[in-house]
Amino acid sequence: MTELLGVPAPVLFGQLLLGLINGSFYALLSLGLAVIFGMLNVINFAHGALYMTGAFVAWFLLNYLGIGYWPALILAPLVVGAFGIVLEKTMLSRLYKLDHLYGLLLTFGLALIIEGLFRNAYGVSGQPYPIPSALQGGQNLGFMFLPTYRGWVVVASIIVCFGTWFLVERTRFGAYLRAAVENQELVRAFGINVPLLMTLAYGFAVALAGFAGVLAAPIYQVNPLMGQDLIIVVFAIVVIGGLGSILGSIVTGLGIGVVEGLTKTFYPEASATVVFLIMAIVLALRPHGLFGRPRA
Amino acid sequence: MTTLNARTETRAILGSPQAGYVLTGAVALFVLAAPFLGIYPIFLMKLLCFALFACAFNLMLGYVGLLSFGHASFFGMAAYITGHTVKVWGLTPELGIIAGALVAAALGFAFGALAIRRQGIYFAMITLALAQMVYFFSVQAPFTHGEDGIQGIPRGAFLGLVDLGETLNIYYFVVAVFAIGFFIVYRTIHSPFGQVLKAIRENENRVISLGYRVNHFKIAAFTLSAGLSGLAGATKSIVFQAATLTDVHWTMSGEVVLMTLLGGMGTILGPIVGAGVVISLQNYLATVGSWVTVIMGAIFVICVLTFRRGVVGELARILRGR
Repeated sequence: MTELLGVPAPVLFGQLLLGLINGSFYALLSLGLAVIFGMLNVINFAHGALYMTGAFVAWFLLNYLGIGYWPALILAPLVVGAFGIVLEKTMLSRLYKLDHLYGLLLTFGLALIIEGLFRNAYGVSGQPYPIPSALQGGQNLGFMFLPTYRGWVVVASIIVCFGTWFLVERTRFGAYLRAAVENQELVRAFGINVPLLMTLAYGFAVALAGFAGVLAAPIYQVNPLMGQDLIIVVFAIVVIGGLGSILGSIVTGLGIGVVEGLTKTFYPEASATVVFLIMAIVLALRPHGLFGRPRA
Repeated sequence: MTTLNARTETRAILGSPQAGYVLTGAVALFVLAAPFLGIYPIFLMKLLCFALFACAFNLMLGYVGLLSFGHASFFGMAAYITGHTVKVWGLTPELGIIAGALVAAALGFAFGALAIRRQGIYFAMITLALAQMVYFFSVQAPFTHGEDGIQGIPRGAFLGLVDLGETLNIYYFVVAVFAIGFFIVYRTIHSPFGQVLKAIRENENRVISLGYRVNHFKIAAFTLSAGLSGLAGATKSIVFQAATLTDVHWTMSGEVVLMTLLGGMGTILGPIVGAGVVISLQNYLATVGSWVTVIMGAIFVICVLTFRRGVVGELARILRGR
């Protein structure tokens, strides 16, 4: 068996793959947080809970309506996005003129409610979600065994991430969004419906979280608590990368996932804390984050 | 930050200084007499510990305007340190509590120094992430005993003389700790130092232009707040004779935020009222199990949407509006 740096190669690559998968989820979630923060000036604490909701919607669709994975990959994000739009319209939109704190506190409360409700209904044990038949099995790449579904998760999330990047940076809609981030009043003066834009941005970002949830469902079990600890790691990633750039969120998310995977291989005790350590180091050396712009 | 501006609200609640003294005296009398009024002392002690925790937390949120989502780490780490030093090293409870509070303050200094490097909303995320690191540390470190926590912490004897195993003794001990902690918070708020903190909350740039080293003030306030949170957690570990992962988990940070928000951030009495409501709710809702989380979340949402000043803050506004 080949060895790299004193570790069997399949182990190393296996952990790297796991890191990339986690990194894909980090990227999808931190991307959503960046879009929401950019547009609404709100840190969405409910993002983890909505990711979990996405996984549960997929599970509902399968178990109650017999709708499988592929339609769920579209339907669940739509449901979560619609739910997000309701939340934004009824509650969040009342807080834009207030301090940022209140948006965080409100979404924290929402996260508690959503997670509490699911926990009451389904307990803390996970519900299994089968891997779709087309993606079962795996490939032997010679140096490691690649389960097809895991490969698909990485590819799908990278496609969606870059799709989002394209949407925000290269389309007319994205141009409106970016303009509204820079100067809301001016954009409104041009006759663009900024409140609608904000609602759509929130719905879209939340749908991304729902999409990540569906992707995660067959890997991790569908569990009411699956988003809880994830959101804290994503917060740390957002601090490391800075909320300034879309590309920055994607790169930081994937990068941190890989670093976590490597830590699991070489020093497993620190694998849970390494993200936070990196955050502390980044804060000490480059306080505005790797991709952030220094701003007061 | 207009809604955070609650400078005058305590004054409105207390009215004239004389009324303030009367009210304080009445509350003090009630607290001292409570064990004889048939109120369960353990419940009261829990309430006092959490009230102190919330007051310490409010020092940051209400008076500096910085939301820390990591205060559980100070509360919980102090509980662990006190538990360990009292149980394994055989320290007397007051020394154990002091050790716990000092470690919490040191931790607060380190957190504060890192977290103030970013402004506003990042502060909350950084403190939350750092606290999560403390949580994972507590899961793995040998002296915390992971999932089991430190159990059977002896209450010992205060100064080696007064047996804290007696319910009345420990009750008055906790009352004294709370009084000391509350006095420190009160004096801090009403000192020139506290005035600078409030000025930072209102307009940070102007305070900088006046020549104050804002970051030093923030770190000092954060250290103090962490130390007092540690005092609360340490005392709690002596009362309940246990220090567990619950104390360091982020849900505990959320709870103290809720207490302060519900009672009224930036008011002196608010956190105490908030702690009273939340602890009572948890006590009476213990039978409905996991619905507690949902109810807490709902209170958060209702507070943020309808009465952002909190119970005490809104009360003060009504009284002033007369």
